[in-house]
Amino acid sequence: MSLLKIRNLSVEFATATGPFRAVDSVDVDVEKGEILAIVGESGSGKSVSMLATMGLLPWTATITADEMSFEGRDLRTMPGRERRKLIGKDLAMIFQEPMSSLNPCFTVGFQIREALKEHLDLDRKARQARAVELFEMVGIPDPERRLKAFPHQLSGGMNQRVMIAMAIACRPRLLIADEPTTALDVTIQAQILDLLTDLQKDTGMGLILITHDMGVVAETAERVAVQYAGQKVEDQKVADLFDRPHHPYTSALLAALPERATERRLPTIPGVVPGQHDRPRGCLFSPRCKFADDRCREVPPPVQPRPIGLARCHYPLNVPAGAEEERA
Amino acid sequence: MADASSQIARTVPTRRPSRFKEFWRYFSENRGAVIGFWVFLAVFLVAVFADLLAPYDPAAQFRQHALQPPFWQSGGTWEFPLGTDALGRDMLSRLIHGARFSFFVGVVVVVVAATGGILIGLIAGFAPKWLDTIIMRLMDIILAFPSLLLALALVAILGPSLLNAMIAIALVLQPHYVRLTRASVINERTKDYVISAQVAGAGLPRLMFKTVLPNCLAPIIVQAALSFSTAILDAAALGFLGMGAQPPTPEWGTMLADAREFVLRAWWVITLPGLAILVTVLSINLMGDGLRDALDPKLKRS
Amino acid sequence: MLRYLLSRLITFVPTFIGVTLISFAFIRVLPGDPIIVMAGERGLTQERYEELVQRFGFDQPLWQQFWDYLTGVVQGDLGNSFVTNRPVWDEFFTLFPATLELSLCAIIFAMVLGIPAGVIAAVYRGKFFDRALMSTALVGYSMPIFWWALLLIIVFSGWLGWTPVSGRIGLLYYFDDVTGFMLIDSLLSGQDGAFGSAVQHLILPSIVLGTIPLAVIARQTRSAMLEVLSEDYIRTARAKGLSSGRVNGLHALRNAMIPVITVIGLSVGTLMAGAILTETIFSWPGIGKWMVDSIFRRDYPVVQGGLLLIALIVMLVNLTVDVLYGLINPKIRKR
Repeated sequence: MSLLKIRNLSVEFATATGPFRAVDSVDVDVEKGEILAIVGESGSGKSVSMLATMGLLPWTATITADEMSFEGRDLRTMPGRERRKLIGKDLAMIFQEPMSSLNPCFTVGFQIREALKEHLDLDRKARQARAVELFEMVGIPDPERRLKAFPHQLSGGMNQRVMIAMAIACRPRLLIADEPTTALDVTIQAQILDLLTDLQKDTGMGLILITHDMGVVAETAERVAVQYAGQKVEDQKVADLFDRPHHPYTSALLAALPERATERRLPTIPGVVPGQHDRPRGCLFSPRCKFADDRCREVPPPVQPRPIGLARCHYPLNVPAGAEEERA
Repeated sequence: MADASSQIARTVPTRRPSRFKEFWRYFSENRGAVIGFWVFLAVFLVAVFADLLAPYDPAAQFRQHALQPPFWQSGGTWEFPLGTDALGRDMLSRLIHGARFSFFVGVVVVVVAATGGILIGLIAGFAPKWLDTIIMRLMDIILAFPSLLLALALVAILGPSLLNAMIAIALVLQPHYVRLTRASVINERTKDYVISAQVAGAGLPRLMFKTVLPNCLAPIIVQAALSFSTAILDAAALGFLGMGAQPPTPEWGTMLADAREFVLRAWWVITLPGLAILVTVLSINLMGDGLRDALDPKLKRS
Repeated sequence: MLRYLLSRLITFVPTFIGVTLISFAFIRVLPGDPIIVMAGERGLTQERYEELVQRFGFDQPLWQQFWDYLTGVVQGDLGNSFVTNRPVWDEFFTLFPATLELSLCAIIFAMVLGIPAGVIAAVYRGKFFDRALMSTALVGYSMPIFWWALLLIIVFSGWLGWTPVSGRIGLLYYFDDVTGFMLIDSLLSGQDGAFGSAVQHLILPSIVLGTIPLAVIARQTRSAMLEVLSEDYIRTARAKGLSSGRVNGLHALRNAMIPVITVIGLSVGTLMAGAILTETIFSWPGIGKWMVDSIFRRDYPVVQGGLLLIALIVMLVNLTVDVLYGLINPKIRKR
């Protein structure tokens, strides 16, 4: 049984200028102890689909899914009280902006102990001891003193460590990390990533890493899902994806990596992700795709079978021999 | 590559709406604001056509009909649909003419306060630090006095009349415009488009009025709506205290002051002028809220 | 923190001098001879006139007059009332507790209703509760309070006969001022029913004076809550699986209170302006009524002194609010 299983998830936001579909029929699967990376540019809906899983979207969002289950328990029909017992305990999340993700009015210690108090049956002393232990786990020196600090008195990297400590406080089964390093200095980024993967190895929890950085993916993840404009366009094991990308978008992303550049200038993908007012009729990537033809512009592409990386494309690249027949 | 970009231009199913349309959409999304707008318009028309609409001269006294109740109450007649006051003057006519005074006060006060305030605020925003400091301290000093109290004191100096009340209120409201304008000017001044205009050699007046000011207008417009209602309320309050319009002017606040002694005997002479003030002020505030939602991009949803 | 306090104090001084200058100027910009104007129909003998010129110092050069005034103010000397001949300072502080009592009751009334209303409206954003509460708040915000007072008198005093129309306490009761607060003094007096009478007298004026602050607080609480509710740390709190009561009532409200407290503090000016109208209507013997009466009596030394003292109180409260703001907002405390 997979840890998290989502089928055909869509999220729509009601905006003043009409509904906006941020996530469009996305499937997600995470096994126990697996590291899944979700990659995409800003606005590709990768955070939104995870926030929907956590039930953290604002009231303007409408969520629909054929299936959405955590350890076999249906998240869609679960009553709020039940769900709150799960969230923060078995299912935890950390966010992109550590500085603004902690409440400025309370000490970080209070905020960690609050999570412990909510989900675990510990007395005051045990909570304090656990908080100190957690701070040591995430590598915060002098934990007793730091627990008394307010978030604005700590650096961004420190705050992200606090966030991680808070997220793993109740030993979650699955941790969702939403661009945990984007807002941090480059040197700190590596430390935080190492910390996350170490913790994942030690605790055996599942980890979903949302990122736009292919380099991060290569170093940490086992499997990658590539998202574009709210749709999943490809899903493969990391090594396979880097060797044989099937979707032109993935291929373009990889080509834009500095270490893969063959020319002096880095190749780029022209244009931007389509927004609310300029969604193409056919394939969403067609305006930026160098392989696109009239069919791509008019007809939404099908999802290719597993051997072709579930690519959402009319003309997948690097199709292995044999896979073609299966499709036909 | 060039090919790809031309295709982006082609695939645009829905166009971004134009600025005014967008403004109107946000404004009309707020149902209260639209109601406020129509009520405001109605009061405005009543004020303009007061002479045609009012059945009687507001000062005409019908002594034999003094304190006659409105038509729906026993003793009331259609002759005076909203009853008469203690001197037998027709309430309806006086209320209709009162709209004139309230509008007059609102318009004059807002124009005077806004013009002065924007000008001083622009100067403060562009001035060297010492002048800026002096101007802002001055505004702090004015703001330290409760507005109604300062207006009262000013009227005490100038003598009680509607005109003096308007001057006093305008003076008291002005610092708000100064602060608001200065704050947005300072905020805008560091932006790239202002710097590029400066580099392109725009003179100071052009920079102030043509480049920066139009981009500061949104909060000022909202403030104008708010101070319109404040002006009406304060003028009525001064009238009520006997420091604004003098009897027999059919100004709503003054009418209330005249009627005070009948508070327990003739409810209509009290209720109706106050209701007129409340409805007018409420319609303006409703509109102000709608304006703020429509003009302030920070509060937009999306 | 100390530096922050100090910098606030430094800006206080020029404002103080400016406010003093304005109240000083008040008598001197009156059209015509201020002494003749003040005397009005009462008339003056030449002797008395000259005595007054000397007392007000009008024979001195202007800067000397201002200097004398300023040093007088610092020592608590604001001159004497033209009508009662008592020191303005004494009159002010005899009447001030009445205004303070009324204002405190009004602001408590406004907070007790306004903060929960704002929180509820924000949590049920766009729903029925939100619309109903915010429409009511806007009506309150647009209310001409002098009319509102008259309406309440018609209903509660006229029709229902529940509340008295004027004063601070029934005529039956008499006791000495101890604190100047009628609620406390009536309890201390030990007279039967005195406290009840004081409460009855206080209800309508407090509601009238509290109406606009109530509307302002409700609106401000709502918008502050809405802003805070979209912050990242609220998402974090919800991601911890906390109940919505705890998220809204602790994590959000604690942050939203910062601007709300500021607004409450800054509404002292509005409160004083409202007190002028409320006290006049309910014959409440406080500062507001005293000022209006003095203006009508042309008792200009009183108007001048009252103007200055009220402005000083507003400034002091604003300063306190600023400091308090620093105390509850840890981000500023650090600086």
